[in-house]
Amino acid sequence: MNVTKVLDAKGLACPMPIVRTKKAVDAIESGQVLEVHVTDKGAIADIPAWAASGGHTILEHTEEDGVLKFWIQKI
Amino acid sequence: MTLTKWTAAEVAKKVINNEELFILDVRNADAFADWKIEGHQFEYLNIPYFELLDGVEEILAQIPTDKPLLVVCAKEGSSVMIAEMLTEAGRDAGYLEGGMKSWSEYLEPIKVSDLTNGGELYQFVRLGKGCLSYMVISNGEAAIVDATRMTDVFINFAASKQAKITHIFDTHLHADHISGGRQIAAQTGATYYLPPKDAEEVVFDYAPLVDGTEVKIGTTTIAIQAIYSPGHTIGSTSFIVDNHYLLTGDILFIDSIGRPDLAGLAQDWVRDLRETLYNRYRELSNDLIVLPAHFMIIDELNANGTVSKPLGDLFAENHGLNIEDEEAFRSMVTDNLPPQPNAYQEIRQVNMGKITPSGEEQTEMEIGPNRCAVR
Repeated sequence: MNVTKVLDAKGLACPMPIVRTKKAVDAIESGQVLEVHVTDKGAIADIPAWAASGGHTILEHTEEDGVLKFWIQKI
Repeated sequence: MTLTKWTAAEVAKKVINNEELFILDVRNADAFADWKIEGHQFEYLNIPYFELLDGVEEILAQIPTDKPLLVVCAKEGSSVMIAEMLTEAGRDAGYLEGGMKSWSEYLEPIKVSDLTNGGELYQFVRLGKGCLSYMVISNGEAAIVDATRMTDVFINFAASKQAKITHIFDTHLHADHISGGRQIAAQTGATYYLPPKDAEEVVFDYAPLVDGTEVKIGTTTIAIQAIYSPGHTIGSTSFIVDNHYLLTGDILFIDSIGRPDLAGLAQDWVRDLRETLYNRYRELSNDLIVLPAHFMIIDELNANGTVSKPLGDLFAENHGLNIEDEEAFRSMVTDNLPPQPNAYQEIRQVNMGKITPSGEEQTEMEIGPNRCAVR
């Protein structure tokens, strides 16, 4: 996967992971991919829901040692 | 404009006093549909916070200016952000401290009645989760029934009444919430009672609660009499307090009856459930005041916030007590049941002492609405 940018939002509590993710996605081009790392459990539901509301695609997500990773392709 | 922090206790007052409130719930649509803060006079708007990051101007028209505005989210953070945006846009707005987590854990102690010889009976209403616990106080001693895991509330309340907690009962092995009984017993030296038929797998010591067990609270004796009443679980036990109050656990609610399936044995326990509701309870006085372990909907609250009703009224009005045909009854309590409570199997394991999750994990396990009844 061709990742344009990696956002480290680990340790941040809701709503900051989404606020940062939105800013980062705003800054990349359509079709490019943002990789996000978060530890806030609320992100499991919120990042996919946020992406869906904006039309962005979650290409993949993983959870390992309490770190959630999302790969988001901008619409 | 003003940003105000609301506590769960303040929201509870709005519910109990039947006051108006406009709730902007900024959680996901799924979470809102599953479970929200219920109030008789509450209005709601659900817009996830992440749809408002560019501003709240577009929703201002949907928010009335003639009633208080409370922004609610899961834990607090998002509601603070959105409430701040609303104040910057010219509205007074509040946010709920601790979010739905604190709402789920809040207990409102309400006096049900005085008892004979100066005793008192309190109901602890967990509005966010529909759980009801009880404390009987008499002459410096206290007994607790179906305590939730917010153990400090019970311990502090007893202390404020200068009462020593001596007996703790669980009417059955709970599947929808984590019991605080064992922990309170450990902290206070009280005896923790469980029905032995529900406790076959528990890994700690307890006192067996069997049919006919009678204990006295206080020197002038408030009697608590145990009545074996299986059906929700095989061990389910009711209590008669001071000859006047019937604590029904999860067998009989105000507007519904217990479900028999949460330990995986619905078909086996239907007969017990029917026997309890249609025969055992029929032998009791219609004047007993039923005090259940749960409520499902806000309409079940009395004007003072308590949940109770005379047994005779329930025989007349509760649909679950009025199904003549046994097959129809079986079908109602075993077919098309509502979804099971969140994490109910794990919660049973916790209450048996088999697993010990962290505080945060316990909160997660209990999140969501109560689902112990069939209606």
